[in-house]
Amino acid sequence: MRRVNKNERVRIALALNGRKLAAAAEPRTLLSDFIRQNLGSTGTHVGCEHGICGACTVLIDGVAARSCLTLAVQAEGREVKTVESLAAPDGTLNPLQAAFRANHALQCGFCTPGILMSFTDYLARNPHPSSAEIREVLSGHLCRCTGYAGIVKAVEEVASSAPAKAGKGDHASEAKHGGRGV
Amino acid sequence: MSGQLGKPMLRKEDPALLSGRGRYADDLPVAVGTLHAHVIRSPHAHAAIVRIDAAAALAHDGVWAVITGEDVRKLSDPFLAPVKAPVRQWSLAVERVRYVGEPVVLVVAESRYVAEDAAELVQIDYEPLAAVIDPVAACQADAPILHPEAGTNEVSVRDFSYGDPQGAFARADRRIAMTVPFHRLSFTPIECYVVVAAHNAAEGSYDALANFQGPFSMHPVMARALRVPGPKLRLRIPPDSGGSFGIKLSVFPFVVLMALAAKITGRPVKWVEDRIEHLLAASSGPNRVTRIEAAVNNNGRVLALKLDQLEDYGAFLRAPMPGPLYRMHGAVTGAYDIAHVEVKNRVVLTNKMPASLIRGFGGPQLYLALERLMHRIAVELKLDPLDVMRRNLVPAQKFPYHAAAGALYDSGDYARAVEKTIGDGRLADLKRRRDAARQAGRLYGIGFAAVVEPAMSNMGYLSTLMTAAAREKAGPKSGAVSMATVNIDPLGAVTVTADVTVQGQSHETVLAQIVAQELGLKPDDIEVVLEMDTAKDQWSIAAGTYSSRFASGTAVAAHIAAVQMRDKLKTIAAKQLNVLPGDVELAGGKIRSRSNPDNALPFGRVAGTSHWSPMLLPESMAPALSETGVWSPQELEAPSRDDRINTSLTYGFIFDMCGIEIDPVTYQVRVDRYVSMHDAGRIMNPTIAEGQIRGAFAQGIAAALYEEFSYNEEGAFLSGTFADYLVPTVSEIPEVEILHMESPSPFTPLGAKGLAEGNCMSTPACIANAIADALAVRDVVLPATPRRIHELMQHNEK
Amino acid sequence: MKPRPFDYVRPDTAEEAVALLADYGDEARILAGGQSLIPMLNLRLIDPAVLIDISRIAGLDVIADRGNFIEIGAAVTQNALMGWPDLKLKLPLLAAALPFVGHFQTRNKGTVCGSVAHADPSSEIPLTLAVCGGAVVLRGKRGERVLAADAFQQDMLTTAREPDELIAAVRFPVIEGKGVAFDEVARRHGDFAIIAVAAIADGRGEVTLGVGGMAGRPMLRSIVGDAAGAIAVWAGELEGYEDLHASAALRRDLLRNLGPRVVAEAIRCAA
Repeated sequence: MRRVNKNERVRIALALNGRKLAAAAEPRTLLSDFIRQNLGSTGTHVGCEHGICGACTVLIDGVAARSCLTLAVQAEGREVKTVESLAAPDGTLNPLQAAFRANHALQCGFCTPGILMSFTDYLARNPHPSSAEIREVLSGHLCRCTGYAGIVKAVEEVASSAPAKAGKGDHASEAKHGGRGV
Repeated sequence: MSGQLGKPMLRKEDPALLSGRGRYADDLPVAVGTLHAHVIRSPHAHAAIVRIDAAAALAHDGVWAVITGEDVRKLSDPFLAPVKAPVRQWSLAVERVRYVGEPVVLVVAESRYVAEDAAELVQIDYEPLAAVIDPVAACQADAPILHPEAGTNEVSVRDFSYGDPQGAFARADRRIAMTVPFHRLSFTPIECYVVVAAHNAAEGSYDALANFQGPFSMHPVMARALRVPGPKLRLRIPPDSGGSFGIKLSVFPFVVLMALAAKITGRPVKWVEDRIEHLLAASSGPNRVTRIEAAVNNNGRVLALKLDQLEDYGAFLRAPMPGPLYRMHGAVTGAYDIAHVEVKNRVVLTNKMPASLIRGFGGPQLYLALERLMHRIAVELKLDPLDVMRRNLVPAQKFPYHAAAGALYDSGDYARAVEKTIGDGRLADLKRRRDAARQAGRLYGIGFAAVVEPAMSNMGYLSTLMTAAAREKAGPKSGAVSMATVNIDPLGAVTVTADVTVQGQSHETVLAQIVAQELGLKPDDIEVVLEMDTAKDQWSIAAGTYSSRFASGTAVAAHIAAVQMRDKLKTIAAKQLNVLPGDVELAGGKIRSRSNPDNALPFGRVAGTSHWSPMLLPESMAPALSETGVWSPQELEAPSRDDRINTSLTYGFIFDMCGIEIDPVTYQVRVDRYVSMHDAGRIMNPTIAEGQIRGAFAQGIAAALYEEFSYNEEGAFLSGTFADYLVPTVSEIPEVEILHMESPSPFTPLGAKGLAEGNCMSTPACIANAIADALAVRDVVLPATPRRIHELMQHNEK
Repeated sequence: MKPRPFDYVRPDTAEEAVALLADYGDEARILAGGQSLIPMLNLRLIDPAVLIDISRIAGLDVIADRGNFIEIGAAVTQNALMGWPDLKLKLPLLAAALPFVGHFQTRNKGTVCGSVAHADPSSEIPLTLAVCGGAVVLRGKRGERVLAADAFQQDMLTTAREPDELIAAVRFPVIEGKGVAFDEVARRHGDFAIIAVAAIADGRGEVTLGVGGMAGRPMLRSIVGDAAGAIAVWAGELEGYEDLHASAALRRDLLRNLGPRVVAEAIRCAA
């Protein structure tokens, strides 16, 4: 049983983008603040801190989640991935990032990291989503600059160029993210 | 256009932003020992501050200071404002609070978490006062007065008359009038405000970083409030900003507040606004009630207009308010050739958050009234709305066109824009859809809107709110200066700086295109550095990113700087190539003889000459190291003695057409088809142009159907979270078909006009007209929510 | 928007969680997905002394087929349930309702039981549970009790859970051979509904209709025959309530408009 008392700062260790890191935080420290301020990765942005805008979305054990609605201590021992993990070490953009660039899917870019992380999770589960499915996932994010059209196009482009093996409704891969049937 | 300009290209901004390598205000390193602030805000719409007890908060571990309005009053002066009414505002409430969310106390602590803990220990006693929320009620004699020193809430009233409106109203066949309200909203950038301020007691200077947007007319306001000369307030704006849409201007009181907190604590102080604060009290567009009346003949020709514009700025009138009321002033007749106009502009204060800049800036309010009126004229005269609009559009042969209130429309062919929009079967298709829907008993309507989109404001426009005599006394204000600089390093690498702030408009990319084109380079060869430092960068009172000034302003300055640099390099190269300067061209990274392209030098070799060997330069030539382009167009004259004002430099045109259907089960408005025609002069980058239009369209839809700051009668704020303030998601934004034509502006060397605000102005009006058509109603209040549509339909049934 | 301080405990077993609840009572809050709880913490709307994080307790993340009903453990996320292969077959009404619950990103963390515990009056999962005649499994130090959904949710954000009880699971009866339909009206996709309507048709002419967003909790009505008439009367009886997005009159009319459509859809589906 893990127990941390209020106002107590304890060492919280997790893997951020493949690197094991740790820093001291209180139980109430939000994961969004922990990643940005304690671990120094500022690519994840904070836009509302009540779970609606989606800017702070990161992957926790591969699953897209609002880091503002997660305590740092909840992510203890987990694998956290942020936008900084997407490009190659030499800066080469991955296909999703490149499609965003090609389709003018960002302007100010503040909401973009969260959107990229949502689709990183979703496209891993469903590599060939329909336009409606893309919109459904995107509706969990607010973007004020683009009117969304370029974002939809960018994801469609990635979806249409992905290798055609895993099909739609890949329940097997979804099931690994949570409930086990008994 | 040859070269890079006019072509799409991948944005220079994107690789960093897509990789989490953006440098937004909250990402930048801060000094060791930086403290964190939290603002305690008023829960009351109107109350006297009786007592503030900070003892318990000050005793809390990690707390450095608890700062009140009295501290602020001692250390700073009230903000300067354009309206000379005795309405004084500091960065914290003094004696009284006048809106829910008004900053009352600043708690400074070692972390934001601790600051918020301590804030709960501050005891503030208020004595509630009667509040007034409705702008019309606020003008009544028995209304509670927000600022007793002013004696009234209606702090500025001006009457204007152009031509002979009385005569025109007397001879017209009909008078048709409407009252049209426009609501409060913000476009809520996803990044909230950020300020980091430091005070250097030895120098008596402040250094502040903020995600501010300019205009730098606000820098003097901040410096004066802090009681320092301008150079003692060094303001830095980070390289990236998470959107603004006008909203980031209103960070300025917090720049002053954090600067004071830094002075009081002796430590740098950082404040990151949270979303709840942002929605509650950051900024809002002003709400307006327009009574508009047309003198019209039976054929639909409008002879004259009368407007009574009552604009509600909330609790304070901050600079540069009342901008939205005057920014459109010269163009108050919109797209129509109407010679006789009477305007009454009234500014009222109420117990709501202060209003300020917002994308569209006065356009949405004006055009909703004007375009609803044009539609109404058609209904009352039993004419086709499109025919009424066409009958009144400014004719193509009249350009450049002097509008009644002083705007000088540079170019356009409005009638042709309309024909192109409705052509190719588009209008026929809309009518087919409408007829089929109506035959099936469904509620379908068609709307139109014609809008003139101004860009690059005349710095003198706001002085129109003073009488000609007062203007003369205060000194003339006019013009708008833009600046950009092209620099060359020892190896001939090129960098560009400019007087804009970044907010997502792709300035880096377009500036690189402009400069690359003149220097014969690729845009990727050009580094564009747009973080702003008022101590070191070029800037004027007009600098910043607002009122679509980039395309008509800074882009031109960059072009001028690049041309200056190009011509110098030609002269230098001519000597080295042994040809006449007229024979030199810059292309493909080379500087060469036009007549003998083999006679060429690498660009870097020539460009580096001024560093390595200035002695090699042609005689009497200053080295070509840095060229600043300054653009100051002559058309932006001061207001005339009879109050005519050319409010902006360029005027684009938009014609929108849409079909909407109202769901009788859910009372939701569904946009069935939307077409938007833009004439923004020359397009510098089509991809970016489309991105700006789509973004403005989404915000236009938001204003028409979703977003509203709501207050109850007591002034409580009801839109305090993103669950209540409804920013549309992808599911709520319909498709828009974008059309273009190009009528280059003769007043700028690039021929480009602004285009990023247009749909914020046209789309609410177009949708409102379509709703009025669908329900056959006269009054449509925006946003047209299910609740309002339901009420309209109940009303219709009775 | 930062939470007040609180203790954090992450028990390894349900027994430990129950023991902690017995110690802290109403000073404690259960943290599972956190999608409703953490916004309230960030807004400082609640002030718990301790959060008990049950998200890693083995055995609580199980979807168990018990024959007549499906038992969904306290740590099962909404998306995990959506990915459960038998969902459409055995719980078709829930399958129809889940896409309306928040967004992909919040469903990744938000739990089925958390939604039931939060008891928002227009929330889809509690409505579905009520219409299905489901139940809530409560575990406390004194033992386990199973409450019918109807008895569990009492009013807006108010349930019959005792402060020392853990919602260990919810039970959804398996629906076979019946028709179901779900629909709602929300301002934006993924928002809490203004009203949400769910129906089960038994194939013999009787329809159980439930509505969220008309009262402090889901309301049920059995419909036989003239659905439009019955629903119109019912909407009047329920009155509805007013908030920023809807007047009570709008809510009543939405029920009058949407109800018959959903009933007809359920009957069609049953046939």
